[in-house]
Amino acid sequence: MHKGLQTHPNFYFLLLSILQVGLNTVEAVWPLPQTFISSSEQYRLNPQTFYFGYGMQSAAQPGCTVLDSAFKRYFSLIFLDLTSGYGALRFSVDKPFSVEISVDRDDCDGYPSEDSSEKYNLTVSAGRASLNAQTVWGALRGLESFSQLVYQDDFGSYFVNKTEIEDFPRFQFRAILLDTSRHYLPVQTILKTLDAMAYSKFNVFHWHIVDDPSFPYQSRTFPDLSAKGAFHPMTHIYTQSDVRRVISHGRLRGIRILPEFDSPGHTKSWGKGQSDLLTPCYNGGIPSGTFGPINPALPSTYTFMATLFKEVSSVFPDSYIHLGGDEVDFTCWRSNPDVRAFMQAMGFGGDFTKLEAFYMENIMNITSALNKTSIVWQDVFDYHERRSSLSVVEVWKEGCYLCEVRRVAKAGLKVILASPWYLDQPGPSHNWARYYTVWPLAFKGTEEQKKLVIGGEVCMWGEYVDATNLMPRLWPRASAAAERLWSDEQQTSNVDKAFPRLQEFRCKLLRRGIQAEPLYVGHCKHEYQGI
Amino acid sequence: MDTALRFTVLLLTLSFGAGLQLNYIDDYEEEPKEEDVSADSKYGSLWPLPQKIQMSEISFKLTSSSFKIVDAKESSAGPSCSLLKDAYRRYYEYMFGSSKRQQLNKRRRTGPSELTELQVLITSPDSDCDGYPSVTSDESYELSVDQPYAVLRAPKVWGALRGLETFSQLVFEDDYGAKSVNATQISDFPRFAHRGILLDTSRHYLPIKVILANLETMAMNKINVFHWHIVDDQSFPYLSRTFPQLSQQGAYHPYTHVYTPADVKMVIEFARLRGIRVIPEFDTPGHTQSWGKGQKDLLTPCYSGATPSGTFGPVNPILNTTYDFMSQFFKEISTVFPDAYVHLGGDEVDFNCWKSNPDIQKFMAQQGFGQDFSKLESFYIQRLLNIVTSTKKGYMIWQEVFDNGVKLHPDTVVHVWIGGGSNDEMGRVTAAGYTTILSAPWYLDYISYAQDWQKYYKVEPLNFNGTDEQKKLVVGGEACLWGEYVDATNLTPRLWPRASAVAERLWSAKDVTDINDAFNRLSVHRCRMVERGIPAEPLFSSFCPREYKEFTS
Repeated sequence: MHKGLQTHPNFYFLLLSILQVGLNTVEAVWPLPQTFISSSEQYRLNPQTFYFGYGMQSAAQPGCTVLDSAFKRYFSLIFLDLTSGYGALRFSVDKPFSVEISVDRDDCDGYPSEDSSEKYNLTVSAGRASLNAQTVWGALRGLESFSQLVYQDDFGSYFVNKTEIEDFPRFQFRAILLDTSRHYLPVQTILKTLDAMAYSKFNVFHWHIVDDPSFPYQSRTFPDLSAKGAFHPMTHIYTQSDVRRVISHGRLRGIRILPEFDSPGHTKSWGKGQSDLLTPCYNGGIPSGTFGPINPALPSTYTFMATLFKEVSSVFPDSYIHLGGDEVDFTCWRSNPDVRAFMQAMGFGGDFTKLEAFYMENIMNITSALNKTSIVWQDVFDYHERRSSLSVVEVWKEGCYLCEVRRVAKAGLKVILASPWYLDQPGPSHNWARYYTVWPLAFKGTEEQKKLVIGGEVCMWGEYVDATNLMPRLWPRASAAAERLWSDEQQTSNVDKAFPRLQEFRCKLLRRGIQAEPLYVGHCKHEYQGI
Repeated sequence: MDTALRFTVLLLTLSFGAGLQLNYIDDYEEEPKEEDVSADSKYGSLWPLPQKIQMSEISFKLTSSSFKIVDAKESSAGPSCSLLKDAYRRYYEYMFGSSKRQQLNKRRRTGPSELTELQVLITSPDSDCDGYPSVTSDESYELSVDQPYAVLRAPKVWGALRGLETFSQLVFEDDYGAKSVNATQISDFPRFAHRGILLDTSRHYLPIKVILANLETMAMNKINVFHWHIVDDQSFPYLSRTFPQLSQQGAYHPYTHVYTPADVKMVIEFARLRGIRVIPEFDTPGHTQSWGKGQKDLLTPCYSGATPSGTFGPVNPILNTTYDFMSQFFKEISTVFPDAYVHLGGDEVDFNCWKSNPDIQKFMAQQGFGQDFSKLESFYIQRLLNIVTSTKKGYMIWQEVFDNGVKLHPDTVVHVWIGGGSNDEMGRVTAAGYTTILSAPWYLDYISYAQDWQKYYKVEPLNFNGTDEQKKLVVGGEACLWGEYVDATNLTPRLWPRASAVAERLWSAKDVTDINDAFNRLSVHRCRMVERGIPAEPLFSSFCPREYKEFTS
């Protein structure tokens, strides 16, 4: 009855060894810091005498929203067993322990951006830890590392070992895509995902907010888009305050919110609330009553798009915006006599990729006038003749994806890699290794070209995913990609070495209330208690 | 970027009629509209589909303030039948919500189109109210929804439970939030008596709460057997009163990762109240590594050359102490688990360790087994079967035991699990006169992209060559969710609604095979599970009026 053939005895033994070593394994931080030195010298932490504080020289001082709320958050994450009555637990005989944070810049009220430094240094010694970073965003990463260094013994006491960490991300752009169009995800689910992202040091939430099936974004300018295009106009929408909440929750965790308004394809739901936006398809010389991609032949289209993107760029503070541009089906355009006439007038002949390029060019002009850097899916790069107008290309197709990365980099454009990280395809979760053994820079190219690869993205498309199954399908497999994008490749190339660390990290996620699925047979001290 | 291009296979299965798109301008064919795939079925959201249904256009309103589920006067189950009382409350809450304020408006008269009562009538003199469900339990029922009140008639409480679920599925909410039900006549009974789900609590420990939530969901799907694969190589969470060392040493943790006698009792009673049998599996002689930690000399010491290697193999079949242990152990099991059957496993026995052990080799020679270790396995199993028979239990075994020619009692249930050739196996097992249940096509721990529920749905369990008599020996099937990659974090969405597909195959008539109608009903059924607090995953792009929002942290 079992899957005898599928079992992995070597995994099993690995598992045994990690269980014996217990919580205080060395290198307890996921993703692995660039330099990590720890000793067996341990210091006991008592929640009653544990403090976070700002260094004298720090540019940020008390009142810094990002760090003040991080202290509160990480205190609870470090002392997970605490209930409100902990004060009565025991008389404090432990020496105080303080974590002192110093940052070079007071960017407490800003947003993380594409060139924010996330570098930090952390030194844990007797009675104190000092955490130094250029920015508060780096300090957040350091706090996360510190929280992962703390462990409990069998009697519930908290310890941290003497440690030196120097750390910075390998890639600047480490993203997770969620799709809120194919299934609506409650705001709570998104916020929870942002929490978990911070635990794995992800720093971009790519919000694929609308698509064919539904338009849940409630626009100030065009309220009919969600009133008519959402699954339900009242319950299955993101109001402006929902969006602000997501942005603010992300900011406090050093996570950028990157919205995607994908066009001209993938826009069926837009048409419900905006008449004449989509192309009417024809069948045998008469309109068939169905609609195709956005109609690129009408000036009203660009007026609409300019107004919408003006709103979007003021709602979302990030300097990037994702414009989609993938999978445009030309059949409907081809069937429409007005579109064909427009093609003639523009001199495009029968080449519909030219029409699409024309459309995308117009959209990119709109967004760059709004001071936004646009990201497009690789399709746009593939058919675009004037590639200089592009800036960031996201590679998503299967096959030799590094060939495409190379082509894009050779063209001098920035690249984001998503192909190997389509996590909506379910496990078995030992497939985590598949997401781990990805080598994003293993293509022939100059140093300059490799620098153009700004990062990677885990995609969780929504056809088969909603709030019921998102969390276990995303975690801990996304964490495997997180280490690939943060850590040094040479130090993290070995799957067998990573396995027990990831196993332990997933138990940490569980302990923090993240419904992360198991990698293989085994157990966590504190199992997930939901259903 | 989207998955559509990457998964053309999926696209083909979903695009009813989206033909090749040719380069002729006027040959444009419509794409299927993804968001509209879920249309209404004429059977509403009934799942699994009842055997006979007549639905009319006439509908009645139900209000939480006046609607009641009550015993019919002539019912043989009286006010003391707590099984039904519990069920009435449960289904009332499912229909009207438990947290809502129940406004008792006494001045309001019930209108002519209102239904105020569901009367439940148990017709057989013995209602079985205090009994346990069994493989021969009558689960049939007749439901008449009409004025002045609806009547649910069933010979036993088990049928009443199924009928209550059906009634709750007939109730729908109109656009104004009012509950309505159409005038309906249903006559229903299961096609197969054994409709099971296997959960594995050894490879990962499952908290009791998770087991109970899934029993609850089984009842929503008219599943009536919980096959509890409670122990295996990896851990022994069953806390035995006779041999407490087994879990003390063999569980992942001796206190937090065990099932105490009180836990087991709770599971059994929770299941009984929902008409679900609990069949425990204590798999031997293989799959027993965890047993060895708390019971010395039970497992075979493996040898490397002439010296013991320090590792252990299957249960040691040549020692009398083994059989003494098994006698005591299964005596306990027979009192703890009330079901008439216990599953004895018997699968995947690896002979290498037995082969390496000189004492076993000697024993083989004495018994005249030669080098045929399946004879040794038979020797062990037969003695085990005799032990279990003496505890007055019937037994289920995995198919290898039958394949290896072990002598079985005529009422043994053979569990067919090996994929590829399972139809032939069904033919062989039934030709030999044994009762059988099928699991081979329903290993739900294997997951694939897209709508694999359809694959489970399309299985026809009697699709093997055999006489009518042989086919009668197929008493049902089980969906198996093995635990290598499954624990509390992902079990429930992985099981539901995929197991629902199996549930309909095992309950409904053989000719209920319309995959589009099934999709439409199942989509709504899954939203109903979500609304009832079960994180059942979606079938495809869609939405539920009330999405899953449960979080524990």
